[in-house]
Amino acid sequence: MQYEGQMRIPSGCAISGIFSRSGKKFSGDAVVRSIAPMHDRSNGLGGGFAAYGIYPKQKDLYAFHVFFDSVRAKEECERIISSCFDISVSEKIPTRKVPQITDEPAVWRYFGLPYAKQLEDTGLDEREFVARFVMKVNTQVRGAYVFSSGKNMGVFKAVGFPEDVGRFYRLEEYEGYCWTAHGRYPTNTPGWWGGAHPFALLDYSIVHNGEISSYDANRRFIEMFGYNCTLLTDTEVITYIIDYLNRRQHLSLKEVADVIAAPFWSQIEAMPEEERRRYTYLRNIYSSLLITGPFSILLGYTGGMMALNDRCKLRSMVVGEKGDTVYVASEECAIRAVQPDLDRLWSPQGGEPVIVTLNKGVQV
Amino acid sequence: MMRIDADGKYFRQLNEEVRAADDTEITIDRCNGQRYIGAGMSGKSLLIHGVPGNALGCYLNGGNIRVKGNAQDQTGDTMNAGAIVVEGSSGDATGYAMRGGKIFVKGNAGYRVGIHMKAYREQQPLIVVGGKTGSFLGEYQAGGTIIVLGLNGTGAPMGNLCCAGMHGGRMFVRCEELPKDLPAQVNTKVASPEDMASIDGYLDDFCRTFGISKEEVLSKKFHLITPNTKNPYKALYTFN
Repeated sequence: MQYEGQMRIPSGCAISGIFSRSGKKFSGDAVVRSIAPMHDRSNGLGGGFAAYGIYPKQKDLYAFHVFFDSVRAKEECERIISSCFDISVSEKIPTRKVPQITDEPAVWRYFGLPYAKQLEDTGLDEREFVARFVMKVNTQVRGAYVFSSGKNMGVFKAVGFPEDVGRFYRLEEYEGYCWTAHGRYPTNTPGWWGGAHPFALLDYSIVHNGEISSYDANRRFIEMFGYNCTLLTDTEVITYIIDYLNRRQHLSLKEVADVIAAPFWSQIEAMPEEERRRYTYLRNIYSSLLITGPFSILLGYTGGMMALNDRCKLRSMVVGEKGDTVYVASEECAIRAVQPDLDRLWSPQGGEPVIVTLNKGVQV
Repeated sequence: MMRIDADGKYFRQLNEEVRAADDTEITIDRCNGQRYIGAGMSGKSLLIHGVPGNALGCYLNGGNIRVKGNAQDQTGDTMNAGAIVVEGSSGDATGYAMRGGKIFVKGNAGYRVGIHMKAYREQQPLIVVGGKTGSFLGEYQAGGTIIVLGLNGTGAPMGNLCCAGMHGGRMFVRCEELPKDLPAQVNTKVASPEDMASIDGYLDDFCRTFGISKEEVLSKKFHLITPNTKNPYKALYTFN
């Protein structure tokens, strides 16, 4: 069998996200019901979810979700984890037997913090330390794959339709203030669990519908900064670009959107002086991070969610609002399935980010 | 009149029930996301409550479809004849490669409305949008008529880079001023009384369908956009 990384996988897909600005937590059942009507946008070769606010008891610890193909991989990975992290919980992620989900790897999670001494010795900030640990396991330990590494959040993904994946992971038993979901339609896949969406690094998670044509240009640029694109899927590179621009370069999310879904030069030229200078600056500095080709993405992060389309809007996306809750999906039916009665429904323009955050003062 | 409850029904079953119906008047209740409704249909009328899925009325061949709410993407994909009426808004690529019949949208429509619509002799497709549309309106338009009324706002009722690749047909836009980023390969002018007379029947039909005042529709000027045959697309990608 060929794994991802040994072949290239173009994909179609469905995305859906629900975010409560007031921080009200709700179970994963809602987002599973939301993605279900878009069943035919996926083909059963990948489904997944990201959930924020689900681990309140361990909210200050990194939660690592890891796939293991073998006992050897688990032992090797655990050796690395326990040498860098003070792990307070290690356990199998609870699943239920679902006939549609087969060939599951061992799925474990670990909660912990880097050892203070270790962290100090490296001279890195904590998040960079964790990001490097994830890269290390994913590139060096064969058969182990860390697919979630943030605090008080988690990614759950598998090969299967998203509805079945949701049942497999018992998502109705978790409660979060933000959920994103993905149904995958790769046209050709070896069907590895790690290749399902969301892709996550630290608390950033990406679900993506599309097929970017700038993959190689983006990859060459981002690999100069210590990221290893091991899977050859465009979603992985988008995740690293956002991590790089937002966490490491300290760009705001609006600026991130202006880089990856930049307006055409002809549009920039028609802008007022100040705007034109801003866009020209971003496009010149980060020209290799312009993402071309069709995409609609949902970025989850601690306290917020961003929805973004490519600048030509070659994929569909609608946004709905009801009170403090915001819904984003590839199709309106996904939103109506969980909230038939909306205050507002609109389609953002290509390249126009929709950023929703928790209301001021909300603690999760 | 036959009623079909679409709640939880897979698209294939729903569409089979529509096809198998002896009744020519069918109401679909609680529709949510089922694709291809009315595909290739002729001789029947559908009334849809809820949100029909993508490619509503694709290859429609003479039937009538009325949607009480919004429609999603690719409404009327490659339709040949008949009518699709959307009382809410419709999504991206409305009237995609349409080759006959009419699509009326009361609200807004998404990106790439009328992309690659075409006409031949008596096959003259028509799209009328009451609100505004997204970018790339009439992209690669090869024939037929697109009318955008902008009844719900001010400014040009369309997004960026409209009429890119337009090489046939015509487009009427009701607004004070057209966007500045239209390609050099199209001509624009304020619609003359003769131009307006040529779409008068279409506007009557649209206003009657949604109960909109025609007086209001005609209260603003219309621009007419047509391909510039003196400046066709040539040597754009190659030098020959």
